[in-house]
Amino acid sequence: MGTADIVIKFVLIVIIFSISLVIAMYSTYAERKIAAFFQDRLGPNRAGPFGILQPLADGAKMFLKEEIIPTNASGFLFIVGPSIAILTACIGSAVIPWGQKLTIGSHIVDLQVTDINVGILYIFGVVSLGVYGVMIGGWASNNKYSLLGAIRAASQNISYEISMGLSIIALLMVTGTLSLREIAEQQRGFWSHGWFTWNVFKQPLGFILFIICAFAETNRTPFDLPECETELVGGYHTEYSSMKLGFYLFAEYINMFISGAVMATLYFGGYNFPFMHHLGLSENWVTILGVVALFAKIFFFIFFFMWVRWTVPRFRYDQLMDLGWKSLIPLAIANIIITGVVITFLK
Amino acid sequence: MESLSNKRKVIESKPLNFWERIYLPSIMQGLAITMKHFFKKPVTISYPEEQREFSENFRGMHSLKRDEDGRERCTACGLCALSCPAEAITMIAGERQKGEEHLYREEKYAAVYEINMLRCIFCGLCEEACPKEAIYLDGPVVPSEFLRKDFIYGKDKLVEAPLNQ
Repeated sequence: MGTADIVIKFVLIVIIFSISLVIAMYSTYAERKIAAFFQDRLGPNRAGPFGILQPLADGAKMFLKEEIIPTNASGFLFIVGPSIAILTACIGSAVIPWGQKLTIGSHIVDLQVTDINVGILYIFGVVSLGVYGVMIGGWASNNKYSLLGAIRAASQNISYEISMGLSIIALLMVTGTLSLREIAEQQRGFWSHGWFTWNVFKQPLGFILFIICAFAETNRTPFDLPECETELVGGYHTEYSSMKLGFYLFAEYINMFISGAVMATLYFGGYNFPFMHHLGLSENWVTILGVVALFAKIFFFIFFFMWVRWTVPRFRYDQLMDLGWKSLIPLAIANIIITGVVITFLK
Repeated sequence: MESLSNKRKVIESKPLNFWERIYLPSIMQGLAITMKHFFKKPVTISYPEEQREFSENFRGMHSLKRDEDGRERCTACGLCALSCPAEAITMIAGERQKGEEHLYREEKYAAVYEINMLRCIFCGLCEEACPKEAIYLDGPVVPSEFLRKDFIYGKDKLVEAPLNQ
């Protein structure tokens, strides 16, 4: 790897990192605006035109607030909690293929930070680490509400990771690879050999299971029991203030962005879009349009997350466990069996 | 027992069928409903820039009226103060001097007329009680102040602006 490659990778990492932060920032704005539209309101519209400076104002507020660490909290872990949350949220984007290769002069720029052959496993590992941020933060607060929120987060994430993993296994049987780049490449274009290339048309049930689990993993309504304002004050971040609270909220929005990207890559063709090779454009233009297409899909998923939040009420805790263990896991296993049978017959 | 009002409804609780049990159709329905609201016009009124129109019989700040020659109608009879359930109105009567005929319509007038806007309940009984059609609650909403004493409105704030000849 030459110096130029290292510089390119470094620039790519910085770009992706800042894009995820900016998207997380503006997700907070989008959430408030979209919530308002769903409720026939206007939403924030005072800071700047249409309120687009609202996230900056919020950020400034977060930084300027007094930082409170409760006397009986475990000082070190209290700070480690939000740090882990934001760290695990940010490193998930490393394996996502943001586009095809871009040719600039003599350099070929791969729009993916790293193409490891166990990309999906990596994502899974990062997602499972994410729960530690919530758990440690909730436990270190030394507050019963925080602890309850942390316990809920832990058991919820562990339960839904199982069915998420099982729904992915069926997908892997179809794709035959764990590398996200190869999965994206397999879904080239939109239509070939008499069927759609996107995995959502090959694994509809798997996709529904995956998206339900993604809601649970990102702690979004209807699975937002860990923060559940009506029962647990603020859930695991009850005792947090200032930017440490901001990190938790930020991590949630970055998680939404990453899970949107994963869903788009695994099931909705990633950076592929219909007729991408019939437009007569040069490779670089197709790549750039592909990146735009991927981001359009991600934004749709973020919008969908918010849309569901303002539609579906929160589950009760026993219903959550019922759904996870008694419905989703059997369905995921059935999905694996059906997929296996169909693949065998098609061969 | 026979229902007297004939409004009794017997509700059967049927077991959920398959589509109801998997919830997804109902969630889709819900999503459709919220999406409909997404495109509806917001009902918010951005207050300082936009103001809601008052109804025709809105009762706001009081004003003491003048007659067609620009003279104060109020004759300090005290009926408004008497009718006021909140005891918000006080007044001191004065006698009209020679040469003041263009200011006051009757021989007696209100030298001091004060309404405590914190006590006033805007019931409108004062305008009903007034035999001279001198007081009406046709103004805007009473503005906010920092001090209680500023809510006691004297004639300077209540009397209509003089006619411009």
